[in-house]
Amino acid sequence: MSDVVEKTLTALPSLLSLDSQPGSAKLSSTAKLGNLIRGITELTSKHEEEKLIQHELASIKEQVSSPNTTMRQMRELMVRAVYCEMLGYEASFSYIHAIKLAQQGNVLEKRVGYLAVSLFLNESHELLLLLVNTVLKDLQSTNLIEVCMALTVVCQIFPKDMIPVILPIVEEKLNHPKEIIRRKAVLALHKFYLIAPNQVQHIHNKFRKALCDKDPGVMTASLHIYLQLIQENAEAYKDLTASFVTILKQVVGGKLPMDFNYHSVPAPWLQIQLLRILSLLGKNDQRTSEVMYEVLDESLRRAEMNHNITYAILYECVKCVYTIHPKSELLEKAAKCIGNFVLSPKINLKYLGLKALTYVVQQDPKLALQHQMTIIECLDHSDVIIKRETLELLFRITNAQNVTVIVEKMLDFLRLSKDDHMTIDIVGKVAELAEKYAPDNEWFIQTMNAVFSLGGDMMQPEIPNGFLKLLSEGFDSEEEDRKLRLFAVSSYISLLQGEPSKLPQRFLQVICWVLGEYSFLKEDLEPSVVLGLLTKLLDMKSSSSETKSWVLVAMTKLCWSEAAVSEAQQVAETYSSSFDTTLRQRAQELQHLSRDSQLHSRVLPPGGRLEPDEVDSSLSFLDGFVSEALSAGAAPYKPLHQRQEELSRSKVLSLEPYGLSLPISTSSCSITDRQSPTLLSTSSGLSGDGTDFSHRGSSTTLRLDGVKRVWGREGYLAQKKPVEEVAQVEVPSPLRSPSQQGDANSCRSKTPTPTANPECDQEKQQLASSLFGGLSSQSSVCLMEKSEPDIQRFRRKAKGQRSSSTTNEQRANPTVSSASAVDNLLCNNLLEADTEPINSSAKQTFQHPHSLSVANGACDAEAILTDGDPKERNQPLSSEDFVEADDSPPREDQERSKDSCLTPHLPAELSGFSHSEIIPLCSSQSLDLSACHVQTDNSVVLVVFITNTSEDANLQIQVLSEELEVFCVCESPVEEVRGRSVSVRQYSLTVKMPLVHFELVGMLSYSIPAGMPQAMMQFSYKLPLTSFIRPLTVSTEEYGSMWLAFSHDTKQNLTLIKEEREPLTATLNALNKKLSLHVVEIIGVEGLVACSLLQDQPCLMHCRVHAGRLAVWLRSPVPDLPDCLLYHCQRALQEP
Amino acid sequence: MMRFLLLFSRQGKLRLQKWFTPITEREKKKIIRDMTTLVLARQPRSCNFLQWKDLKIIYKRYASLYFCLAVENQENELLALEVIHRYVELLDKYFGNVCELDIIFNFEKAYFILDEFLMGGEIQETSKQMVNRSIEASDMLQETLEEYMSKPAF
Repeated sequence: MSDVVEKTLTALPSLLSLDSQPGSAKLSSTAKLGNLIRGITELTSKHEEEKLIQHELASIKEQVSSPNTTMRQMRELMVRAVYCEMLGYEASFSYIHAIKLAQQGNVLEKRVGYLAVSLFLNESHELLLLLVNTVLKDLQSTNLIEVCMALTVVCQIFPKDMIPVILPIVEEKLNHPKEIIRRKAVLALHKFYLIAPNQVQHIHNKFRKALCDKDPGVMTASLHIYLQLIQENAEAYKDLTASFVTILKQVVGGKLPMDFNYHSVPAPWLQIQLLRILSLLGKNDQRTSEVMYEVLDESLRRAEMNHNITYAILYECVKCVYTIHPKSELLEKAAKCIGNFVLSPKINLKYLGLKALTYVVQQDPKLALQHQMTIIECLDHSDVIIKRETLELLFRITNAQNVTVIVEKMLDFLRLSKDDHMTIDIVGKVAELAEKYAPDNEWFIQTMNAVFSLGGDMMQPEIPNGFLKLLSEGFDSEEEDRKLRLFAVSSYISLLQGEPSKLPQRFLQVICWVLGEYSFLKEDLEPSVVLGLLTKLLDMKSSSSETKSWVLVAMTKLCWSEAAVSEAQQVAETYSSSFDTTLRQRAQELQHLSRDSQLHSRVLPPGGRLEPDEVDSSLSFLDGFVSEALSAGAAPYKPLHQRQEELSRSKVLSLEPYGLSLPISTSSCSITDRQSPTLLSTSSGLSGDGTDFSHRGSSTTLRLDGVKRVWGREGYLAQKKPVEEVAQVEVPSPLRSPSQQGDANSCRSKTPTPTANPECDQEKQQLASSLFGGLSSQSSVCLMEKSEPDIQRFRRKAKGQRSSSTTNEQRANPTVSSASAVDNLLCNNLLEADTEPINSSAKQTFQHPHSLSVANGACDAEAILTDGDPKERNQPLSSEDFVEADDSPPREDQERSKDSCLTPHLPAELSGFSHSEIIPLCSSQSLDLSACHVQTDNSVVLVVFITNTSEDANLQIQVLSEELEVFCVCESPVEEVRGRSVSVRQYSLTVKMPLVHFELVGMLSYSIPAGMPQAMMQFSYKLPLTSFIRPLTVSTEEYGSMWLAFSHDTKQNLTLIKEEREPLTATLNALNKKLSLHVVEIIGVEGLVACSLLQDQPCLMHCRVHAGRLAVWLRSPVPDLPDCLLYHCQRALQEP
Repeated sequence: MMRFLLLFSRQGKLRLQKWFTPITEREKKKIIRDMTTLVLARQPRSCNFLQWKDLKIIYKRYASLYFCLAVENQENELLALEVIHRYVELLDKYFGNVCELDIIFNFEKAYFILDEFLMGGEIQETSKQMVNRSIEASDMLQETLEEYMSKPAF
């Protein structure tokens, strides 16, 4: 089909000369537009075109404003105006006429009018308000086409504030007899959900109805909404899994009408949407995943045709299989599919293959080994996009052994890259890898130098900041720190002696700081020499004033020797009269400190360690000053928003705060602002896949270990495990090496094979072994890593240890050489497989034992055990485990009993308050963690119960949350827990930033018995905003004055509780009971409600019964609080 | 979700633009400029996907016309390629052997077809028959109305 289209498009290249338009018989004649277009094509210069268009626009302008122009002519004029705008000329005079055309024209003219409006105006254009009435009228029209047009334009462009006006009518359309209207209405609601989520929350039930619509088109449309909803909260929609699976089954089985086929593939768009939804639902959830195995298998099997669209489905299928709880058979099939992609000669498929590998390789690094030769070819591909994707893949498989090669490749790419966005992204990755895996100081500093010079001034500021922090905080050994700093100093001195004018400003600033702090470490270096080099920077024309002030600060630190002082004073002299105030300030400092050596040594002791300064961010030391000023009659301070509020109040008197029925919302900072899909964000999240949330967590850190925990167990590797590894189960890590040696032996015995195969390109082979070298022994590296607490700040500290331990290993036994021998072997296999692809699967099975035994040592051994004994699932053998609180549904009964047996352990001071259900967080062989939260009057306390069923243990818990402030009530971070006892920890929680639900993430490191190596567990705990809500008792007058002072607000219509006599009172009582909101007063059809977030953050609610619904308006000084609270109100009123 | 669709000629002349999310005029102009330079600079045998800021650009050339579709990062590239192809098929069905000139001279029709096919950045209707039926329904109305209007009695 595509060929036909392409041919016909090429077949008619020179029709311009013909007078008649193609297809004109069918279309209305737009002769004037035709003339215009033809006129333009005949022109030769841009200048002529401009003249012609200006002339054209003038004539259009004249005609549109003439009263004699009919609507029909207007339609034609609009088309011409749109054409002129498309060429880049402004025709703003016609905007208002476009709206008029949409308002007054007949169906045809309306259509052009709407089109022109949607092309001319953007969302915030003021003229758009004029469109609202027209849309409203058309939505209620009896003419189907008008309704369709109105729905289309609503989807394309509609003022956000006006959504409530048309929402009820659009909702109504969900019941329209025509499926096309229903479908468009669903899509319109989807759009509303995206730009203003809390507006459509009350119609979730109707979405369900749309999902069950008898027309597959409407059902498909509703999936867009569901994908969105499930992305936000998968838990709430688990019950729909079976329905989605059934739908997919029917689609795959070809049960849909032929109309939905695309190139004889049944409804591919629908299939892919469903696969995406399923992968979200099945993620980290075995029970749900089990429901979908069959249909995924079917999808993989059915999609065998050789067409792009089937590849699209396959790709999505593979991603789904690797996202949900693993099943070995499926993984095997999916892995094969990836092979088809990667090895395909079609470049688009190769690209997707690389992407799939990148996605999968974190769970199964072996797959990268299988395709190493292809990966290496792609690394040298002529297409930049392919190259970049390959680097992305390599980034994911980087480890301590291949880091130098991979970073070198990335830097090579950077040197040629012209795209800023790519540069920023890759520079960040290089810095991350360098910090994590640097083999030695020299390499680290040199790599960072490259990063700074290539990244220039575009790179994220975190990179230089992080680097300086790392240098100053240092890591394990003093000696090591000193060496690193010394190396940095010498490297920078030589850079400055070269051509500093070529270095980016950011890099110069880093250099200045390091020289200022650490140049004393280099004993043979006179400060005056450094000072001389720095002065050169000051004289450079290219230096920015920011860099200059860094230079001056560095000089200030350096001027402690005689020779330096005179030079410094000269510089200070020059800059103390600078126009730049910062520079002048720095120059003054320099001058004073260089004069007074005693003061200098006190302020900046040479070689002194940096002690972090205590900063009093509440500025409490100014309290006295403030109270003095107040008593002297000064006006109290008001925050900016309050001042603005008062200002607007005094200006606009007509804006009554109680004018609720007005549809125009004055809300300025509702939560929807954040979620509207405005603008293309420029965040640098180039890496990874959007669906892959867990890996995105904190920056783009490679988190191999965490992921592997979920996967290693029943990964299909586990099934084919050679018996020898079972032996490892009894003997933990120290005894790993003999078996590894055994592997090495078996490998060595096979090493002759590669030499026997002369076709193998020597160079690539070498590259392969250096690139994929670490992979095979990677998991052993991970295992060592695990025993250390993996916290960002310590990353580099850990590194020193790690790299030294790996080097020890290298010396101790020939693993490394044998590992590369394995690689050579593998790559040969692959080459053979290339020439005779039929054999490839056989080769793959042959490969397994080796790569596996080396790669997945203890992890797999553990998997076997879990396979054999399902009861021991939750008792990890390895030292780290990741268990989520909501991950263990089958244990409900246990929980109940736990609740009752743990309650007595609640601290006495909390026993008077109500506590939530005690839920298990995580558990290991000997430790059980459960938690609940207790709502006291002025705080929420998280209580963690630690049940120790074995011996005495040392343990340490850390609980963190981004939106909550967590204070540990207990004394020391490390605590001993006696054997067979329950210990209780308390954390008091306060809200930093309101959210609908808060999530706490915790990490427990423990050693049993005390003194043994540490192990870790992670857990998470969720609690709703409502736990923090307390009733706020205020009088109506107080309420009135508070109302005016608050600036964050939101409005919405809620459902009233259906009761004959007093629905308002009933509703407010329900809110009082469920959310503990305080009802201040009820006046007729209006009600005043108040609450506060803990003690100090009030939120007021004004309710009014209007047209059978409850119009509420929430206000608070805290941003987002009204929106979040509104959500809970909605929930509270929905549930029976 | 799709973000925008641009059609431009080999000379970089814009033929059609559809924005699914609100973007300011200035940004539109910048994006159009970026897209044309990026896409036109691509070598013939390279892949049809590009990374641009945090978006994926999927482009395909049909004769002298480039179709360039921007989607969000987690979208499926191959599927986006088929979105473009289906749109070309729809145009082809409507115009009968579509060529660039059809789209230049009747660009408003091309927009109407697009509006029936995609809505708010999502696929609305994939069936060729259905899209054409709804377009023809409005076109029919056009003819009958025009006849009606041209009657002397009115």
